[in-house]
Amino acid sequence: MGKESSLSGSLFYVFTVISAFLVILFLLGIFYILFSESYLAIREFGLIGFIFSQEWDPVRDLFGAAPTIFGTVVTTLLALLFAIPVAVGIAIFVTEIAPDYVKAPVSVAIELLAAIPSIIYGMWGLFTLSPIMAGYIEPALQQTLGRLPIVGILFEGVPMGIDLLTASVILSIMIIPLIASISRDAFNLVPSIVKESAYGVGATRWEVIKKIVLPYSKLGIFGGVILAMGRALGETMAVAFVLGNKHQITTSLFDAAATITVSLANEFTEADTDTYLSSLFYLSLILFAISFITLGAAKLTIQRLQRGGAR
Amino acid sequence: MEDIVIDVQGLSFYYAGNIRALKDISLSIQANTVTAFIGPSGCGKTTFLRCLNRMHDLYSGNRYEGRILIDGRNILDKDVDLIELRSKIGMVFQKPTPFPMSIFENIAFGLRLIGIKNRTEISERVEKALKDAALWDETRDRLHKSAYSLSGGQQQRLCIARAIAVKPEIVLMDEPCSALDPIATGKIEDLITELKQDYTVIIVTHNMQQAARVSDYTAFFMMGELVEYDRTERIFTNPSNKLTEDYITGRFG
Repeated sequence: MGKESSLSGSLFYVFTVISAFLVILFLLGIFYILFSESYLAIREFGLIGFIFSQEWDPVRDLFGAAPTIFGTVVTTLLALLFAIPVAVGIAIFVTEIAPDYVKAPVSVAIELLAAIPSIIYGMWGLFTLSPIMAGYIEPALQQTLGRLPIVGILFEGVPMGIDLLTASVILSIMIIPLIASISRDAFNLVPSIVKESAYGVGATRWEVIKKIVLPYSKLGIFGGVILAMGRALGETMAVAFVLGNKHQITTSLFDAAATITVSLANEFTEADTDTYLSSLFYLSLILFAISFITLGAAKLTIQRLQRGGAR
Repeated sequence: MEDIVIDVQGLSFYYAGNIRALKDISLSIQANTVTAFIGPSGCGKTTFLRCLNRMHDLYSGNRYEGRILIDGRNILDKDVDLIELRSKIGMVFQKPTPFPMSIFENIAFGLRLIGIKNRTEISERVEKALKDAALWDETRDRLHKSAYSLSGGQQQRLCIARAIAVKPEIVLMDEPCSALDPIATGKIEDLITELKQDYTVIIVTHNMQQAARVSDYTAFFMMGELVEYDRTERIFTNPSNKLTEDYITGRFG
């Protein structure tokens, strides 16, 4: 070992240490700014008072986060509900079922879909998906599921196409490639001899997928779902076009609503009072906390599953 | 020769891209014997083994020529039900391949596949299979723990238990001890000798002492061809082919 190499070695060491600490510094810095900027609103409305208040009245300077938290959580959960089965289905098709000459084009299409900027999804949603939802899909849902007791309240009102359902569908289309590509990678990690052993005891392809491939890769799929959830929670532009930005909690999926990110994007320019501005920062602090808690909980779950001998 | 289970006639095998991996193999294997396939790496012994349960069919582009008669039926025929064929022929791989489920479920999996639904019957046959694979004493208290909690040697015996639980006629073993230490290897070898009372066992091995210890017949392969096939003691004491002699005396390979 020459002197030169040990010098470049220690320089490299210093560089990596600084880079690593920068990440922590940014995280703390962002948290500090969010907190200090929202301090006014925190003092005014308190924590419980802000989170549970449905008020959003810039004229009277009264603000509450409940409607936007509702919108964020509902669109994210619905998007996951729509996206997970489709994405896992795509991944199964690509890894286990499709012949080689179909695998490559479908894989590339998935990656390309993931590369489309979200604002394009938003525009497509507004000009293409929304009229289709309003004209065909939502009336059809209303005619069928809407007539059932209990579930029916989800499909009340006039289908406008600018609502929770359309926003969730857009979000799900956005996160499908994410879950699909991560699940595909997880499926590819299943050793071929484990699959062959299952075929070797006389399993069909479907039995191998259900009993071997899916259980073997459940941690990987879960990881993909969590990443997708993080993406959906924070997604702004795709949702902004088709959600209507209306601060309300509704039971019908055909009503307009607002998410935290959509309110932030729409209202910063309109925030003409200090309380208004501070309340918007408070909203972003809450989104920060939601993302932090869900990702943290997911990490813990994965660790627990791994220790539980799942694999 | 009495009671022939597998009768291979003029078998050639081509991997995708028309690569000929087996050339005109003919041999017949008797019931309730252990047959070892030996030969240098890439000689085709594993390829041949995987023809016997048509494992190659999982990957596209592979092609067989010739005939493999099992109980008088050509398993290379187009209308052969592969699912049924494979449940008649158990297979054990180079590395232990437990499924991502409990020890009990690993064995019950195959039993359910052949249509056994009765819970008592399933538990009885799981117990029987574990006993036959000499694994019962080590696992009876932890049947519902994950199969990954077992050691490598135990996992391999679990795979053998899984293969024999469905009562196949034939058990194929592809270097079953290559990932195991000598003690675990010894246990598996004892097991193989036990198994031949009920099954016909074919084992691919790199270890010539192992072939000599466990097998009744030995087939020596080289470059996709069957060079010599005879009783094991004859192959190892008085081979008729010069190549066989060179290989078993360690002059190459």
